[in-house]
This record gives sequence, structure tokens and C-alpha cells, in this order.
Amino acid sequence: MVIGEGKPIEEVLSMISDKKKILVVGCRGCVTVCSAGGEKEVSILSSAIRLAREKEGNPIEIREETIERQCDNEYVEELRGYIDEYDAVLSMACGVGVQFLAERYRKIPIYPALNTTFIGGTLEQGVWVERCQACGNCILDKTGGICPVARCSKSLMNGPCGGSSNGKCEINPEIDCVWQLIYDRLKELGTLEIFEEVVPIKDWSTSRDGGPRRIDREDLKL
Amino acid sequence: MTTESRLQKLLEKGEFVVTSECGPPRGVNPDIIRKKGELLKDTVDAVNVTDNQTSVVRMSSISSCILLKQLGMDPIMQMVTRDRNQIAIQSDIIGAAAHGINNILCLSGDHQHFGDHPKAKNVYDLDSVQLIQTVRHMRDEGKFLGGDDLDGVPKLFIGAAANPFADPFEVRVPRLAKKIAAGVEFIQTQCIYNLDKFEKWMEGVRERGLHKKVHILAGVTPFKSVGMAKYMKNRVPGMDVPDAMVERMQSVEKEKQPEEGITICVETIKRLKEIDGVHGIHIMAIEWEEKVPEIAERAGLLPRPKL
Amino acid sequence: MRAQYPANIRIIKLPCTGKVSEIHMLKAFESGADGVYLVGCEEGNCHFLTGNLRARKRVERVKRILEHIGIEPERLAMYNLSAGEGTRFVQYAKEMTEKIRELGPTPIKPKKQEIGTERFEVQ
Repeated sequence: MVIGEGKPIEEVLSMISDKKKILVVGCRGCVTVCSAGGEKEVSILSSAIRLAREKEGNPIEIREETIERQCDNEYVEELRGYIDEYDAVLSMACGVGVQFLAERYRKIPIYPALNTTFIGGTLEQGVWVERCQACGNCILDKTGGICPVARCSKSLMNGPCGGSSNGKCEINPEIDCVWQLIYDRLKELGTLEIFEEVVPIKDWSTSRDGGPRRIDREDLKL
Repeated sequence: MTTESRLQKLLEKGEFVVTSECGPPRGVNPDIIRKKGELLKDTVDAVNVTDNQTSVVRMSSISSCILLKQLGMDPIMQMVTRDRNQIAIQSDIIGAAAHGINNILCLSGDHQHFGDHPKAKNVYDLDSVQLIQTVRHMRDEGKFLGGDDLDGVPKLFIGAAANPFADPFEVRVPRLAKKIAAGVEFIQTQCIYNLDKFEKWMEGVRERGLHKKVHILAGVTPFKSVGMAKYMKNRVPGMDVPDAMVERMQSVEKEKQPEEGITICVETIKRLKEIDGVHGIHIMAIEWEEKVPEIAERAGLLPRPKL
Repeated sequence: MRAQYPANIRIIKLPCTGKVSEIHMLKAFESGADGVYLVGCEEGNCHFLTGNLRARKRVERVKRILEHIGIEPERLAMYNLSAGEGTRFVQYAKEMTEKIRELGPTPIKPKKQEIGTERFEVQ
């Protein structure tokens, strides 16, 4: 899922400093799962904003809503009835949600309350880790199901580099050296010979480097 | 392919070679690199110029190599893949060849986290193994990666690094095999303090006949002080410094430590010369280049052969 | 046990401090509370095992929020004791009251707040 985390509240407050009436919209998708932008987080942020503004003698009115997803127009549509009443919208969805709202509701500034950080999963309650870089050309079959594009600090295809130390990455001892993990996994699977094949240069054009991406499924389009 | 590289010619004649390394300046003064070149000129067969080492911005390797060429030396241009994509890499390869540079050392490069520009974008379009393949492809097939023909090929002698001391150990010999499969012709190792471990690595290398497929140059670095020994032991990833060596440095009083560091280095070189499969020494005296002639002299590496 | 604790304290009883959410603490401040504190079981002795530990983490989170918006984090606190410790309960009440007196009244004007289906009215 897409993982995000709340922007520092000072940054959010400065975005809405001249606004009197705002709509805070959460999302029941990924950001609910990673406790960053769901209904609960909407209420906490709204309360904190009201307190901050009350304290500085510049009160603000906030409507709190949470929709199923902000990355699908059919749900984004649900805000149509009342969104015009507000000076600005704080979206607590990932960057996709913010942009979908902005594309649909052009007359109102839509601000991001989160920093969208990565594509990842839940390791344990409260801990999320990056696992995928959306490179557009998955090689997990060759690396024992472990991704060097996302998890190697240098995205090496022929790792490990000389800085791998005790199974950890040289740039941060909390980061596993993914090539150590890949090596161990291939050993467990009995396919270490893959390790010695020279992996050719990756075609980066399928990733963001090739330009913003799009999928058109003719079989699904109405 | 035989290039104009002095280093290659000596290795192919079976000579035991000596190389060293210098870091370019952090500004525009060419005399800094010229001075280092003059110090090393008659002591080594070829000298590496580092490429924004440790991610700290310095004068580019290619321009520093050109300055050394002008002194009549045969520089080894280090190239990292951290900062350039394949377009810039191929461009610099042909640029280097146009200036008569005969050697290239292919590296991935330290992550920008370590340097003075940690906010920079991370390139790594290629890794070190793919860079070796690229140079080989341009030189031997005469083509760019994109498929077009080159108008004249870069005749570069191709090198890479090896670190017998990084983890996991079992992968260090297969990694060398991989670089050889990619087309590497000479290797410079990370600096060696743990000779037992190095010998173990060399055993693995010889077992697979790899010492016959690539020229291995063993790296050494003299300690300037016990502080440096401790730093390298504890703070530099992929570095293996035995306790006994740190204790030896500790046991000597401060003013005598540089001398002791050089002695240890000389002893290490003498042991390395005896190892089957080691074809030379790579002396890395970071910011202490003036000691390289003394080290080479005491280790019995001088005078260097003339071609 | 009959012991006197300061009259300015409004008690809201819950089955466990684990039931307290960050929003409850924040709404209490929005309603004009000068101070808010939780009293839960001793750590390691929570009747529901980890309720008081979760509460502690939530209290820490709200304290950080208060700090970032310029409200003294000391206005929020959490205390632990065991069910029979009446005197300690009084001691905490007095301690908190004293602390809030020192800090002075809340900078927030009181408001009536609705929290879901429950209504908490604070003077």
C-alpha cells in the first residue's frame, strides 16, 4: 500500500493561516491502514488545528469528512454538494488523493496534510517499511522474491557492494543489506547459480525515468 | 586487446607492478594535482585518480588525469556510477580516450550519504559490473550501448575493485568471478591488514583459476596514528583491522607512530609479494602521498622498470 | 476511605485508561479544560493487560501535539496507582491542581463539544 505520514503541524498551519473555514478530508484506503489519514487522524488533526488557532485568537471552522478513497472519482464526487462552502481543503490522503481532488475541484486550493513516503507494508503495528519502487519491470523471480531496486541503497543489480557489513547497509546500520538477504534466500532455495550471472543494465524507461506512466485497458474501457 | 597502457604492458611481461592513488583538489588549482603527480612519478607504474571519493566533490577524475598525462604519467581514471547515467558515462569514456588516458577503474561509488552533498539525487543507472561490461562493449564491439557504431574505439585497460573483507565472505570470490565474466582485466583490492583473511580469499580465487584470468593488485594503506587505526577498524565498513595491529600501534609513543605505521605497511607488502596470484601492489596513502617513495623503497619495489 | 480531593476536578470514569483516545484528550482542551490527566493501574498490573500502556503512548503523542501548537504539554499528565490507593489518588489530584495553578488558566475559550454519541460538558 501507499504509506504516508503526517506533515509537521506547523507546516499544515502555515498552509491554512489565512483561511477561516476549511474542509478536512480523510481516506479509508491505505492511509487508514498506516494510521496517517483515516477518520481518526482527521479528528485529531482538526482538533489540534482548532486549538492552535483558538490560542492565537484567529479561530477557524472545520468540517471533518472521510471518504472511501480519494483516488477514485466516484468517491471524490461525494464532496460536490458542499465543498464550495470552504476556503480550502486539507486532504489527508496520499499525493494521488490530493491531486484527484485538485483536478476535480479546480476553484478551491487543495493542500496536502501528509507527506507520501513510499510503497510498502506493515512489519508490525506502528512500523512500515518500503518494499517497492514501482520500476515497471519486476525482477523478483530472479532475486528470491526480494527487491534490490527498492531495498538496495544504490539499487545495484549485481550487488553486494564493498560496504556490506554484518548483513547491514553501510549507510545505516538499521537497513539490511538486501544483497545479503538475496544471497541467503537463493541459498535456501538452492538456486545460488543465479547469483553468478551478470545481470544486464536495467531498462529504466519503464519506471518514472521514462516519463509519467499510464495504463489503458481497452478490454475494460466502456 | 592490448592498449597503450604502461600498466598492461608491464603486467603482460610478468612484472610485479606498483600503483598508487591521489585525490584531486577541492578547487580549481591544477598545481595541487601536479605536485602529487611529481611525488609519485618515478615510484609507481600508474596512478589512480579518485572520482569524488566518499561522495565529496573534488575536481573531476577525467580532468585531473589529463593534468597527470601532461606530466608524462599513465593515470588510471576512476569512474563511479553514482553520479552519471549511461549517457554521461559513455561520453566521458570516449572523452578520456581522446585525451590519451589508457586505464579505467570501474566502481559503483560510495553513497552520497557519506559526503558533503547528502541531498543529491542518486543515479546508479549502472553498477560497477555493468560499467565493466560497457567499457568492454565499446572497446571490443565498437558500439554504444544504444546500438550505434562508435567512430573510433576507446582503448582502455579495464580495472575494478575487490573487497575480500566485506560481508558476506562467501560471496567475495563469486563476485570476483562475476567481474571477470563481465570483462575486467585488473583488480585493485581494498587495503589489507588482515593477511590471514586475504590469504583465505586468495585460496578461493586460485581454486577457481581466477588468478590466471585477471591481474590482482593487493592494496595497502599505512597508518598515520593509532587513532587512524582505530577509526578504520571501527568506523569504515568493509575494513578488517586485527586487534593485534591496533595494539602494536598503541604500544608505540605518539611521535613514533607514523614510523611504525609505515613499517607495518612495508612488512605487509613483503608478505603480499610472496602470495601466488598477486601481481602487484596498490599503495593508498591518503593525504600522505609523500611517504609512498619511502614505502616503495623499503619494500624493495624500486627502481620501477622502464619500457 | 473518606478523603478530600480538590473540588476543581471533574472525574470521568472508564473501565480502563486504554479506552481513552487522543481525541478525548484534545476535545477536553477544546472544551476549555485547564488541565487533563489520566489515572490508570500500575504498569504491569493493568486489568486488561496493556490498556494503560497504550494510554501512556497516546498521552505522550498528545503532549507532543500540544507542544507543537504552543500549549504547555504539562497540562496533560498520566498517573499510575493500584485500586486501593486512595491517599495516592488524592496526592495526584493535589499535585495536578498545583501544577495547573502555576501554569495559569488555559488559553482556550470553552466550547461545548460533541464526541460521537457522547457529550462531555465541561464548565
